[in-house]
This record gives sequence, structure tokens and C-alpha cells, in this order.
Amino acid sequence: MRLKPFEFLNPSSLEDVFELLVRYGNEAKCLAGGTDLLVQMKQRRILPKRLINLLPLSELKGIHKAEDSLRIGALTRHVDLERSAFLEKGWNLLALAATKIGSPQIRHLGTIGGNLCNASPSADTAPPLLVLHATVCLSSLKGNRQIPLEAFLTGPGQTGLREDEILKEVILPKPPEGSLFTYLKLGRRKSMDLALVSVAVLVTINPERKTFEQVRLALGSVAPTPIRARAAEKQLGGNLIGEEAIREAAETAAQECQPMTDLRATAEYRREMVKVLVERAVKQSLGFPIPPTGI
Amino acid sequence: MKKQIALTVNGVKRELLVNPQDLLLNVLREQLGLTGAKYGCGIGECGSCTVLLDGEPILSCMTLAVAVNGSEVTTIEGLLGSDGSLHPIQESFLEHGAVQCGFCTPGMILMAKNLLDKNPHPSEEEIREHIRGNLCRCTGYTQIVQAIKEVSLTRKA
Repeated sequence: MRLKPFEFLNPSSLEDVFELLVRYGNEAKCLAGGTDLLVQMKQRRILPKRLINLLPLSELKGIHKAEDSLRIGALTRHVDLERSAFLEKGWNLLALAATKIGSPQIRHLGTIGGNLCNASPSADTAPPLLVLHATVCLSSLKGNRQIPLEAFLTGPGQTGLREDEILKEVILPKPPEGSLFTYLKLGRRKSMDLALVSVAVLVTINPERKTFEQVRLALGSVAPTPIRARAAEKQLGGNLIGEEAIREAAETAAQECQPMTDLRATAEYRREMVKVLVERAVKQSLGFPIPPTGI
Repeated sequence: MKKQIALTVNGVKRELLVNPQDLLLNVLREQLGLTGAKYGCGIGECGSCTVLLDGEPILSCMTLAVAVNGSEVTTIEGLLGSDGSLHPIQESFLEHGAVQCGFCTPGMILMAKNLLDKNPHPSEEEIREHIRGNLCRCTGYTQIVQAIKEVSLTRKA
């Protein structure tokens, strides 16, 4: 598959990017890692007349730690997330999810900004970012605006990005002290596959009272966007830690998601797997012994 | 309109004229005659177009040549010694019967090189993890994993 011709624009600053976006609107697409965009162009699903090359813009790269937050540039590649020493404690959940993406080659090309702007319901970085309370900084000639990631992801392939904007960075507040977390991804095979169901969990506990404090759960591939499982979270938050409670919350999560049937799996199977994986993920994050599963 | 780019390919500086839509894979194969990297799936799932870009593995069929202007590219052809001798990883692949149809081999060997450069003595699990984006329809992977392992064992730490 070859690509149809297009004009390649090489802006030298963010301001240039914004001006090109204003000038060309939806005739132009921004190029980051290209792992989704170029496939869509090869398959003729989109045929942009122009590509705006973001890759040389160093202001979109790198992970910066401020006192209470982490700022991750949109062009940060998955492999950079895996390697970053900044992604420690609760933030490490994002690095863990990055290792589950595609293959090493894909992770050397693909970026966090691209993963979010492509807005697949199965995007691997989204569930961890949702439980980490990520916001995205959107930038244009008019300035910057920050919105919660949850509001940014509006549907399959759809985001709150305006035509004149780019996603500039992802901002993570400090995760709660003592965060316990995990990310589980179920595919049809171990690698090079999209998630059938993915689960990110981040919890804090009160070890003396043996209760859950904060409970955050996010699900991928089982709704039009990656979602928080808020009813299940509420069911556990503040309550005693126990197998029965976890199982019941997992059932609630399975009820509150809205999976669909596609080539990869049926809606019923996905719902059943949400139940299994939420239970397993919460238990795993707490260090309960669970049987080896290979996922 | 064609654009001029500069690439260092297997240690040799090249000035090239490319179309914006030209993929790095096509430039390597058609303009430079380096046919080691293969066109497989075209959508980033098989790994047969793998090359090293500034030492790191990427998919050349998912990369625009214009977007990597100024980079260093290593293809399987770049692994030959100056006297034409095979790289130890290539020797090991031959010895273990890790090559059958050969289509995945350049990608597999470049992934092996990338792994061993960073981690000279990987575990079997680390080897399997590193080549998980490279499909082989012939060998069943066992010989490939053995070939990589053998290089890591015989190499001095």
C-alpha cells in the first residue's frame, strides 16, 4: 500500500503550526508517530491534502516534573514513558500500560498525544490516565485551555479538539500517597493486538481498618470511549476489603459498561470479561494471590 | 513536489530526492537498492520492514522518508563486516536453522541486534518480548529464540 500524494508542511515553531491549522482547517492533519494516521491514509479512510509535521518541535517532547504534577509532552513516545525515571509510584501505572502497546517498533514511533487524539476506545494509555486524573492542555493561536481527559474523549475517533488546536501536553496531578495499581489487557493474543477489554485500577487502603479509601477504576474497549466505572468505585470506596465485596463491585462494573459486538468479540463476552478482569485487577493491585494468567 | 533529504544509511551519507508520500521502506528498496527490509503487512503488524533509526527499531513502512531527514538508518545490509563476513547473529541464525523462507529474517536479526546491544545477556522471556512484533510463519520461533540466546551466551560480557 502506498500513500496518495499530499503536501508536507514543516513548521519550525508552534506558532507556525497554529497558523497552518487556521489556514487549512480540516484539509490538514498533524503528523506525530504516524502509527495510526499513516495506516488510515493507506487504507484510504482519510485522505488529507496536507500533513503538518510536528516531529521536530522540541517543545512538544519530554516529561517535566513540577512540584505537584507531571507534564508529559504530546510527542513523548511510548518507549519514553517506559524508560522515564519520573514515572514512579502511582504514575508508574502509565509506564506499565505503555509496555502493553503493539510491539517495540510501534512503541518507538507512537506517541501519547497520538494515542489520545486517535481516540480509539481501546487506546492503552487512556484507562491509566483516567484513573490518574489526567487533564490535557489544548493549544491554539487563542492560547491554552485545559480540560479533563474524560471530557476530551467524546466518542470513537472523536475528541474535544477544535480544528485550530493541537494537544500540547498531558498533565498528571500527584497520585495519592500509597497508591496501589495495575493495568490488565485482554487481547486475542499477547502482542500486536488491540484490547478486547482493558482495566486500570488505582486504590489506596487503610491498613489498620482494612478498608478501601480511594478506589478508581477505568475500562477500555467496552464503551464508545474509555470510561471510569464509577458505580463500582463507589461500592468499594470506604468499605471493608474482602473477596466478596470485590466480586460484587466487578459485577457492577460489568453492568455499567456498554460493550458492543465487533470482529474481535461479542458484547456478552466483553461484559463477562469486565467482571473477571476487574476482580482480578483489584485483587492484584492489593497483592492477593491470583492464578497466573499470561495477560 | 520532491524534497531533498539527507540520510546516513549503513554509515554512508546519502542525499536523496523524495516525494512527501514516499515511505522510508520504498526509498531504501527502490532508490538505494537495499532490499533486505521487506514489505509485509503494510499496517505495522508483522515487523518485516524493521530497520534501526538512530539505533532504535522502527517500522520503515510506517515512516515517511521526509520525516526522518538527517537520521541514521541501519538495515540488515549494514551488519556485514568490512570484509564481507556475516555478523555473529547472522551466523547463529544459519547454524540454528532459524531461517526458512527468510522474509522475517532481516527484521528478526535487527531486533536481536538492538536487544543484545542494550542487554548482552537477555533471558528467554526478554528475547521473546523483544521480538513479539515480528511474525514468522515458518519456524515456530523456537530456533530464532535459540539463535539469539546462543549469541548472548558466546559473547563476552
